[in-house]
Amino acid sequence: MPIKSIRPDYRGEYKDGIEHFNGQQLLNICWEKHTMLGWPMCVPVPATLTFGQLIDNVLPGIYAIHPDFEKIDWDKVQWSTSKGPLIPNRNKSLREHELRHKAQIRFRTPELNGHNNGG
Amino acid sequence: MTKAKKLSLKQNYTMLTKGLDWEPSYQKKEDIFPQLSFEGIKIHNWDNWEDPFRLTIDAYWKYQGEKEKKLYAIIDAFQQNNGQFNVTDARYIQALKIFINAVVGLEYSAWRGFTRLGRELGDASPRIATQMQAIDEMRHATTQTHAISHYNRFFEGMGNAPYQYDHAWYLSIPKSFFDDACSAGPFEFIVAISFAFEYVLTNLVFMPWMSGAAYNGDMSTVSFGFSAQSDEARHMTLGLEVIKFLLEQDPDNVAIVQKWIDKWFWRAYRVLSLVATMMDYMLPKRVMSWDEAWTIYYEENGGALFADLARYGIKPPRNAEVTIKEKGRLSHEMWSIFYANRDVVGFPLWLPSQEEMAWFSEKYPDTFDKYYRPRFEYWQELEDLGTPYTNSTLPQLCQVCQWPCLFTEADDPTEFVHRETEFDGEIFHFCSDGCHQIFEDEPKKYIQAWLPVHQIYMGNCLLPDADPSSPDFNPMAEAIRYMGIKPGVDGGLFKDHSDAKNWEKWTERPANIHQGASTDFVRKTSSQNSK
Amino acid sequence: MANSKQPVFIAFQANNDTLPIIDAISEDNPNAVVTEMPAMVKIDCPGRLVIKRESIEEKMGREFNLQELQINLISLSGEIDEDDDEFTLFWNE
Repeated sequence: MPIKSIRPDYRGEYKDGIEHFNGQQLLNICWEKHTMLGWPMCVPVPATLTFGQLIDNVLPGIYAIHPDFEKIDWDKVQWSTSKGPLIPNRNKSLREHELRHKAQIRFRTPELNGHNNGG
Repeated sequence: MTKAKKLSLKQNYTMLTKGLDWEPSYQKKEDIFPQLSFEGIKIHNWDNWEDPFRLTIDAYWKYQGEKEKKLYAIIDAFQQNNGQFNVTDARYIQALKIFINAVVGLEYSAWRGFTRLGRELGDASPRIATQMQAIDEMRHATTQTHAISHYNRFFEGMGNAPYQYDHAWYLSIPKSFFDDACSAGPFEFIVAISFAFEYVLTNLVFMPWMSGAAYNGDMSTVSFGFSAQSDEARHMTLGLEVIKFLLEQDPDNVAIVQKWIDKWFWRAYRVLSLVATMMDYMLPKRVMSWDEAWTIYYEENGGALFADLARYGIKPPRNAEVTIKEKGRLSHEMWSIFYANRDVVGFPLWLPSQEEMAWFSEKYPDTFDKYYRPRFEYWQELEDLGTPYTNSTLPQLCQVCQWPCLFTEADDPTEFVHRETEFDGEIFHFCSDGCHQIFEDEPKKYIQAWLPVHQIYMGNCLLPDADPSSPDFNPMAEAIRYMGIKPGVDGGLFKDHSDAKNWEKWTERPANIHQGASTDFVRKTSSQNSK
Repeated sequence: MANSKQPVFIAFQANNDTLPIIDAISEDNPNAVVTEMPAMVKIDCPGRLVIKRESIEEKMGREFNLQELQINLISLSGEIDEDDDEFTLFWNE
């Protein structure tokens, strides 16, 4: 049963539909092993954002605080989503990568596993 | 006139609960008590409800009155003697901000919930017990407010508790917990709150943490804490009685009750993560670690409880083993995220001192030095350089408990948990298997969550006087202001905070006993500042 | 019943009112372990713990109603059986 309610016709409102986000969508991003960062991040971005723009313009604003960030070799980064590994194309948009509203993208930097073992 | 023989406790209680109620004659019982059937719970005989405390109304008022007199005598003495300046240091006071802003709202919500039960349950005995509990919960909210409001005259961040409870991002965690319970049916509510929350878990707040408050010189807080918990002992007994009653009424109730125990144990445990932090990081002098407290109060005492319930076919809560695996890291993960995001919380943050880290190494031998000490030492270096570590990006939130997805895999503290599902074509994220399972059971309930991060991004967290078109508009500062947190005042680094500076000015003692004075008001106790 | 060795406990505020109560409980329950913590005394006992009105009255030198335990009680664990003479905490299994 999707909900237990006194009235059988009860319907609750889903609050987070994409139409409320002023033309943008939410994207969740997780840098694996980097637990010092505390949590996977959530940012509003346009669905037309390309992967190249994500790496060049969005990620530094989030992750430059971490000393591993400047050491990343982007050619070696392993990307994935809940559906499995993802090979990104720098010139294609989030939408073309099927990264829709509230999707989560994760990346692993195999030689960088947290500053001084502190995450 | 011969003196009537005094009734025994049992006779007196039976007269009250069985003698005063009546059978309705011109209305149907299901119309008078309309909430008793939709949850699927089957009750055949309400007469089997037993309240072991057998508290009658006259005894209730008498003993509650005595408790109040004792409590207020202590609070008065504390206030008259400037007790707020006799606690260990000004870091301790920061924990009271979590208390006033989070716990008081929970007590008030509990009052709402139990008031409903005092109306809806199908027999006089549980209605009386829940009505007394409702009065208790209101007493807790008011005594906590009275005790802490004295601190509010001297320190920041305690002056707007009901507003913060309804608006602040991290207070949506306790708030949504109780809203979830209050919007459930009466039987789920009482299993959730009286059993899973109060019986299994509140001892952790009111015993080791309150004992720690006493150890740090806060007689006011420990007194309301212990006074509240003495009511709680009665509530816990009610919680156990409810479980036994439901399980004995019908074998079909067992599976429903087990599901509620699984769900609410996990929900309550996630809320209590805040207490782990308060115990390990916010008590300058410590009584025991979260790890030790969890071992005693959940594994040993909770273990005894579930061994006793096994005869009904009840198993320990699902995911209980995850809580045991998490106990060595919970407070450290939690303090890390508060520190890194200190500009958007309602109290200032500090890094653990050398003395505290040595204590953590001893209390958390398998985790602290391996995972958390390197992080705190690195952050200390940055603080010393004048460039403290600061995160500025909002988190992915758990759709159910509303914590950021900050937790790590049960078997690997270096890997974030990723749990995701789709419902009605939309994506949802969870912090744990526990929260994921709760969602899958009632997705239409949890899609309604008001998630602070998403609300901020929608632009819904603005006060009426905020002007997004103004050139100096700062969306994050405006969102924080909307949440009842004063930007640049309430959060930040403890050593720069007005509470720390005022503490040293008013008491001439260091605001952080482990790191010495941070202002030159302290001359008497700190040699490096003596002239 | 009464075969359980699982721990029950009761905890009281540490004050002058509870000294005789804790003494009485300790004497009536030889297996009880009393732990003192700041402002609080916790009494753990395997399986069963009995609090007797008469023993407390003996220690206090006055009449005592077992419901007065409520005033200085902090918390407890175990099933409860209370009448005018005894307050018992126990586990069945």
